[in-house]
Amino acid sequence: MPLEIEIDGQKLEVPDGSTVMDAARLANIYVPHFCYHRKLSIAANCRMCLVQVEKAPKPLPACATPVTNGMKVMTHSDQAVNAQKGVMEFLLINHPLDCPICDQGGECQLQDLAVGYGASGSQYEENKRVVVNKNLGPLISTDMTRCIHCTRCVRFGQEIAGVMELGMIGRGEHAEIITFVGKTVDSELSGNVIDLCPVGALTSKPFRYSARTWELTRKPSISPHCGLGSNLTLQVKQNRVMRALPQENEAINECWISDKDRFSYEALNSDQRLARPMLKQSGAWKTVDWQTALDFVAKELKRVAAAHGPQSIGALATPHQTVEELHLLQKVVRGLGSGNVDFRLRQSDFNADGKLAGVPWLGMSITEVSQLDRVLVVGSTLRKDHPLIAHRLRQSAKRFLKLSVLHAVDDELLMRVAHKSIVAPAAMVDALAQVVKAAAAARNSAVPEMVLAVVEKTQVTESAQRIAASLADGKNVAVFLGNFAQHHVQASQLHALAQALAEIIGGRFGFLGEAANSVGGHVVNAVPMINKSENVANAAQMVANPLKAYVLLGVEPELDMHDPRQAIAAMKQAELVVAMSAYQHKAVDYAHVLLPISPFTETAGTFINTEGRAQSFQGVVQPLGETRPAWKVLRVLGNLLNLSGFDQQSADDVRVEALGKEEKIVNKNNYLLSLPARETTSGSGLQRIDETPIYSADAIARRAPSLQKTRDGQPPVASMNRVLADKLGLRDGDSVRVRQGGGEAVVAYAVDDKLPGDCIRLATACEETAALGATSTELTLERVAGQQKVAV
Amino acid sequence: MGLSIGLPAVPFAKDLYGPDALIMKGIDGTNWRLKGYESLGGYQALRRIFNEKITPENVIAEVKKSALRGRGGAGFPAGLKWSFMPRQFPGAKYLVCNSDEGEPGTFKDRDILRYNPHSVIEGMTIAAYAMGIPVGYNYIHGEIWDVYERFEEALEEARAAGYLGDKILGSEFNFQLHAHHGFGAYICGEETGLLESLEGKKGQPRFKPPFPASFGLYGKPTTINNTETFAAVPWIIVNGGEAFLNMGKPNNGGTKIFSISGDVARPGNYEIKLGTPFPKLLEMAGGMRDGAKLKAVIPGGSSMPVLPADIMMATDMDYDSIAKAGSMLGSGAVIVMNETRCMVKSLLRLSYFYYEESCGQCTPCREGTGWLYRMVDRIEHGKGRNEDLDQLNRVADNIQGRTICALGDAAAMPVRAFIKHYRDEFQYHIDHKKCLVAPYI
Amino acid sequence: MNAPAVAIIGLSPESLAKIDKAVAKYPPQEKQSAVMAALTVAQDEKGWLSTETMDFVAQYLDMPPVAVYEVATFYTMYDLKPVGRHKLTICTNLPCALQGATNAAEYLKQKLGIGFGETTPDGRFTLKEGECMGACGDAPVLIRNNKQMLCAMSNEKIDKLIGELK
Ligand SMILES: Cc1cc2nc3c(=O)[nH]c(=O)nc-3n(C[C@H](O)[C@H](O)[C@H](O)COP(=O)(O)O)c2cc1C
Ligand code: SF4
Ligand code: FES
Repeated sequence: MPLEIEIDGQKLEVPDGSTVMDAARLANIYVPHFCYHRKLSIAANCRMCLVQVEKAPKPLPACATPVTNGMKVMTHSDQAVNAQKGVMEFLLINHPLDCPICDQGGECQLQDLAVGYGASGSQYEENKRVVVNKNLGPLISTDMTRCIHCTRCVRFGQEIAGVMELGMIGRGEHAEIITFVGKTVDSELSGNVIDLCPVGALTSKPFRYSARTWELTRKPSISPHCGLGSNLTLQVKQNRVMRALPQENEAINECWISDKDRFSYEALNSDQRLARPMLKQSGAWKTVDWQTALDFVAKELKRVAAAHGPQSIGALATPHQTVEELHLLQKVVRGLGSGNVDFRLRQSDFNADGKLAGVPWLGMSITEVSQLDRVLVVGSTLRKDHPLIAHRLRQSAKRFLKLSVLHAVDDELLMRVAHKSIVAPAAMVDALAQVVKAAAAARNSAVPEMVLAVVEKTQVTESAQRIAASLADGKNVAVFLGNFAQHHVQASQLHALAQALAEIIGGRFGFLGEAANSVGGHVVNAVPMINKSENVANAAQMVANPLKAYVLLGVEPELDMHDPRQAIAAMKQAELVVAMSAYQHKAVDYAHVLLPISPFTETAGTFINTEGRAQSFQGVVQPLGETRPAWKVLRVLGNLLNLSGFDQQSADDVRVEALGKEEKIVNKNNYLLSLPARETTSGSGLQRIDETPIYSADAIARRAPSLQKTRDGQPPVASMNRVLADKLGLRDGDSVRVRQGGGEAVVAYAVDDKLPGDCIRLATACEETAALGATSTELTLERVAGQQKVAV
Repeated sequence: MGLSIGLPAVPFAKDLYGPDALIMKGIDGTNWRLKGYESLGGYQALRRIFNEKITPENVIAEVKKSALRGRGGAGFPAGLKWSFMPRQFPGAKYLVCNSDEGEPGTFKDRDILRYNPHSVIEGMTIAAYAMGIPVGYNYIHGEIWDVYERFEEALEEARAAGYLGDKILGSEFNFQLHAHHGFGAYICGEETGLLESLEGKKGQPRFKPPFPASFGLYGKPTTINNTETFAAVPWIIVNGGEAFLNMGKPNNGGTKIFSISGDVARPGNYEIKLGTPFPKLLEMAGGMRDGAKLKAVIPGGSSMPVLPADIMMATDMDYDSIAKAGSMLGSGAVIVMNETRCMVKSLLRLSYFYYEESCGQCTPCREGTGWLYRMVDRIEHGKGRNEDLDQLNRVADNIQGRTICALGDAAAMPVRAFIKHYRDEFQYHIDHKKCLVAPYI
Repeated sequence: MNAPAVAIIGLSPESLAKIDKAVAKYPPQEKQSAVMAALTVAQDEKGWLSTETMDFVAQYLDMPPVAVYEVATFYTMYDLKPVGRHKLTICTNLPCALQGATNAAEYLKQKLGIGFGETTPDGRFTLKEGECMGACGDAPVLIRNNKQMLCAMSNEKIDKLIGELK
């Protein structure tokens, strides 16, 4: 039943359970506050929001006081203003008032409110408190003397990030915010505390002292990293992106962003940026103008096509490129008469190609994820790959969601996991088949024909039984395939089984989109179109059976591709490698021409996120040096190749051509139409679990120094369980030599007893492991004796 | 460790608690065990409930009739509080005893627990029965560790004898009772701070509403009462609410244990009928130590306003009379000061206490208690300024009524009362940079 | 052999048994309720609470380490730094002060040659100022090592006590 309330003379109705603060917000009345935040629990500790309530003997905190029917509230009466001023005075007595040197200056809630509620001079003449500063790691800078103890940061950790990294120790005036002695903050969402802190106690370390807020212009943008498509506000000073902040969008990122979204911008100003076109002439790199560079590219492409046939040309792009870029890339390639174009660089199983109705997408809107009551996540490093989807699941896991996990690693998800099945990569198909079998039994329904053969012969284990039972009693169920499942050598089998499982339990299934434009790449057909009976190669085939010419759009083959070893070998033997990139990278070793293209901040473009929402953005700064937006480069290349249909005047024109005029979410389906061929796997011997570390996943994040300094940015180590470590005779200080697919790497090791037997977990997408072959190839391990470290 | 110096400190006088004692009647310092309690008629109330099949509703009605008011400080009628408990609530519910006695001047709960622990166990069991509660905790002040251990022993005795646990005295009623100890935090005496502490957190009070009766321990409906409140229950059940009420005054039923400390000859606990005149209580405590002259009394624990001698000498010891005199009965801690005591220094010690004990979560208390303390400290040390007294009142005003819990009020009220009644003494300190009265304590 | 980098920080089986007993008082999903008891037991065994000890308690009770640290710093009877063999805490609050506690405190300081918050060079005594212990009637009151209350501490009794505590 709605309740009636009158605030400052304004009458309104609010839902039962509202607080006075909720009502004031509805009525558009500002009540000053610090500790209140609509996404956090109510602490009511700052007392800034004290208001007068009729018949109440004392002022009450608006944030915590429930509305009662007929309540009359005065937010600006003498009593209220007196109380607010009293609180403000208390807040300021121990605050250093060092606004001129504080990074928060200009965007400080305390500063703003002090102007309205503070007295002109303080009557406090005692000594001020000084608080020892804390080291929270490479991302967050602290000045704890400024802290006003609102505990927003502490509540954020407990309630949103799911990990209590910050706490308030001590009591009374001595209370202070800390991390546990000597530990830094490691959550992948940690940067949000910077936004939450109403004063300058927690500020951005990379941004420190680099600009004052009033010098910055704010421009909207879209995150180019994970598949969520977080909305950003980029702050720019003198043609430089100085800071990335969340732009609130309740349907996508709410008011949060991941640390990757927040701190990657550092790489935009990296000195590794490629600023001019370069051409290799008689073995030496020379800076050239665009005309020369593109003439060369056009001439060479034509030559290769004539000499070896158009099918000897292939193009690879990352899924972080825009819709416009991917569209024009495939258009150029197809114009040349080749069908070799792909962006699914880490994928290893392409058996579903040609059998898929629609594109791999989330299968629902992002907000719908928050309503699911039973979820099975298959093969996902959930927190790191999808920080804010993990956050949504975490919020519902506190209430109605029962989450099940099927994966090769058992990382802490910082939320309640109801059931899990942790198996070696090669056993994942069987493990999922077990769940299908158990679910069919629980629901008394037939196993879909497509997967019957796999399911029939499996033996249901107890963990599968529990997962199936959990899913079977849900009302709003989903099965999600994570990045690891999508890159799996039997990805199409997992896909078929997930689809079957969803069908049996009457739920949905979807793909947790890997990158900003994973869906967009499919939508614009930047994939080889097998069903169109082209004689074509997919990303894996393009490097397995080397071509004569490659066009790389943003790709760093040794870091971005499933088989880095093959990829590099393929590049090295090619007659022509055209590297379009924002960065100068390893391509200098094998490419013939380097073309500097704009990162997302220097071009207009569109990403289609995992829920199929197309989000366009404008460039926020001028391209660096001679850098050009890739869509323009590709258009000019089309002209130089005398291809038709390259007359677009703007990114907008390209988008309309690629997606049509409709802004609506692209209509999708992700069902397999027929049974993919079964890939046989060895299933015996050692296996490698090769995830992509969060800050290695794309070219920008890789070059953000502060992110690289975090725990997630540390060099890869080979983790294994104790049994395997002992079998190898590993001791403290030793390293392991890993051989795979003809390449080798020597890395440190770590023991993780939660890993399945005979598996090592060793990241891909890193220089340290770039020499290794694909994960599906044979793996051997060997101890490398290290100097025995003395116990300290 | 076999030290020669142990408990009890003061030789136990037989009549220590006074002739009117109900709760402490017959207590001699040695008969705290189950047998002793039973020989004084202990557990008869519980037996009666089961033998006579007294319904929970009737138990609550009896407690209501007794006008037993909470002995922890706020004086809220116990029977009324019990009736707020959602009886038919399906999930878990809890009963909590507040033995975190930390209000300066209060030391009665310690005596109840060390000399008469079974009265609390019986009282809690009856309360649990009345409210249909299966589990209870007694939160015991960390500083009285030996008492905590003794209470654990008493719990073992009660369990073994069938007064606690499953199917109590052969009935269908189950009640599990456990002891929990604090470890040095006054704020855990505040009921919601106590609940947080019991949940294994910092004892930071919760904003109310919701009240513990709907959202208490682990978020479940919870009833909290003071040790002495529970200890009075068995007597009420055996002798009837009416009889208890008649011991005191209307709205102020029964006897109350007053802890008298300070400048009296025999500091200690005295159980008297509510409404007993203060001079009578003073006399029981042996009068003023060394025949000194009475100057001031804090009648209800350090948080309550101080009253000058003349007002006190004309006041009866019950909730309403003390309120009329301008203070509060609070926890029943009577701090007596003689004419040699400096009021600035006395307030300084109290202000330091609240400054040290503020939990630190809400702004006015965290920042304001330090401000108050520092100003009083300056005045005491000869650095007072003329505007300080008004400033003290102003800061106290800005704390009082604006905090999450009543510790803010507790810190503010003494400041205002001390200045109100002894302004000249404060002014003298400011003007002369020294004390008006003789060298202190 | 894989030599551990640091000494294992666990607690003795007796201590763990005590903690388990405390845990059993609370609902199974509310193990955290036993944190105060666990820290007390740990402090009794180790003398004080080091970061490692608190880490261990956090792990044992399945709590974030910071939450344990919050608790350990909130309650005054936990020691986060090493203390003497005998930690003597004296209440100096007003009621006690009126009954001789100020003098007793001065006497102790002078006798031990240390101030509040300090430890004697021989590591025998640490002296702390306490708040109301709920025993004002027996003032002056001292608590030895958090657990033993000593009442009506006249100078003679203090002499005797200091003599007996080795
Ligand atoms: C700062 C503060 C300290 C308190 N300390 C105690 C205490 O030590 N013992 C106690 O029983 N109640 C104490 N109370 C009162 C409790 O909050 C609560 O009202 C009481 O335990 C209820 O029991 P009763 O109704 O039986 O009195 C304190 C309240 C405040 C605000
Ligand atoms: S009034 Fe003081 S003790 Fe009470 S909640 Fe606020 S800060 Fe804590
Ligand atoms: S916003 Fe209400 S108390 Fe802080």
